[in-house]
Amino acid sequence: MDAETAHAAAKTGDRRSLARLLTLIESGNINGAELGFGSREEDGRILGVTGSPGVGKSCLVDRLLHEWAAAGERVAVLAIDPSSPVTGGALLGDRMRMQAADDLDEVFVRSVATRNQPGGLPVRLGAMAGALLDCGYDRVVVETVGTGQAEVRIVAVADRVLLVEGPARGDSIQAEKAGLLELADIVAVNKADLDGAARFAEEIRGSLELSGQAPPVMLVSALEGTGISELVSTLGQLGPARAAQRARWRERLLSEWEAALLTRDDVEQLLDRLESGDASVPEIVDTFYRGDD
Amino acid sequence: MVTLNSRENGKVVVQLKGVRRLDADVSTPLRIVIAKPGLDGHDRGAKVIARALRDAGHEVIYTGLRRTPEQIVRTVMDEDADLLGLSSLSGAHDFLFPRVCTLLVEAELLDVVVFGGGIIPDADRPSLLGLGIRAIFGPGTTIEEMLAFVTELGERRAAGEPSGVGEGGDWTWQATGET
Repeated sequence: MDAETAHAAAKTGDRRSLARLLTLIESGNINGAELGFGSREEDGRILGVTGSPGVGKSCLVDRLLHEWAAAGERVAVLAIDPSSPVTGGALLGDRMRMQAADDLDEVFVRSVATRNQPGGLPVRLGAMAGALLDCGYDRVVVETVGTGQAEVRIVAVADRVLLVEGPARGDSIQAEKAGLLELADIVAVNKADLDGAARFAEEIRGSLELSGQAPPVMLVSALEGTGISELVSTLGQLGPARAAQRARWRERLLSEWEAALLTRDDVEQLLDRLESGDASVPEIVDTFYRGDD
Repeated sequence: MVTLNSRENGKVVVQLKGVRRLDADVSTPLRIVIAKPGLDGHDRGAKVIARALRDAGHEVIYTGLRRTPEQIVRTVMDEDADLLGLSSLSGAHDFLFPRVCTLLVEAELLDVVVFGGGIIPDADRPSLLGLGIRAIFGPGTTIEEMLAFVTELGERRAAGEPSGVGEGGDWTWQATGET
């Protein structure tokens, strides 16, 4: 199946063709930009969901999927899990927590490994999300790996960012640290059924209020289903994105830069030379610039 | 494109892995769904297999417990999987495995390679293999043998030899490690 055939069939609602089209984009066999998936208006239809491992991102997304589907929306999910930097393999386990993935016709879930961008965002994610929107999905949710500063990179792809937090995640100083909290358009404190969730939500609110334009902080329980409809309605009424346009371009640039480096034909040889002490990192970087002469 | 595969004697070994059906010259990790059909709560084996395939450089999607054949086929379709591993220890394999195979063929997912494992009595195996399931691994199977199966499949697909559930041919994996 070539890309044009897959694209045409996917637009008529054929799931298998859509799945193949995503594979073609993901593997780099086709350039998403050529099919028109490269650039788009930031219309709020791509939602990034991020937060530390174990806070309940996948379970919360499952609740949101049921809510959106019941309202007649078609929603696609790109659920990212890390690839091993050693073997390249990956265990993709987000789908297992999303019942909607296999039960609801309005929902399409695709598990995505970070491939050669360990810890980061797969470089073709934007084109994959664009393809899903083009093929009739009203909304795309991108669920991130959930670790590290690289999570900030989600703003390269997502129009809005939902940060999921949970109670017992440390004292209030954790909420003061720089990072994602500054870019989140909305914060959901999950596991409201556990002790301390309400207090933790208050601490986050208090911290955010100091910085002026504060995003909404909601209390939800993916386990019990409380606060979900409120979260959906608040998601529908978000103001302008908090991430500055410049920050988005910065993350896109970094993402492409890293991909260009990691897909070089000689990357293994470069690593060999570094490992054997044959060259230093600054020397290697220097050769990149000399190569452009 | 090549993928970093393993380290031997401290040296990085780079080798081509499973070649995808679409472009023989582009290699990406195989995408493999490991599924637990039916009412069966025993998933230690499925998790060990999933982990071994991950460590061999593949992308593994684990379905979790108690999935219906319909849910499993939906997962295979949406994830564009190359292989599907079915694990059953409940004794219901003679209903569940054929049902999955039928649904895969109905969905035109003919090129998906299906293999099985768990507690599958010898007497039940010929009929399951006759449905297009290419291998059945029982207790005592080594991880090396299962990986050898996956590697051989990659080669068969690259060579265009029938290996999917709906592609016909009578090739099945010949067990080497089992007694």
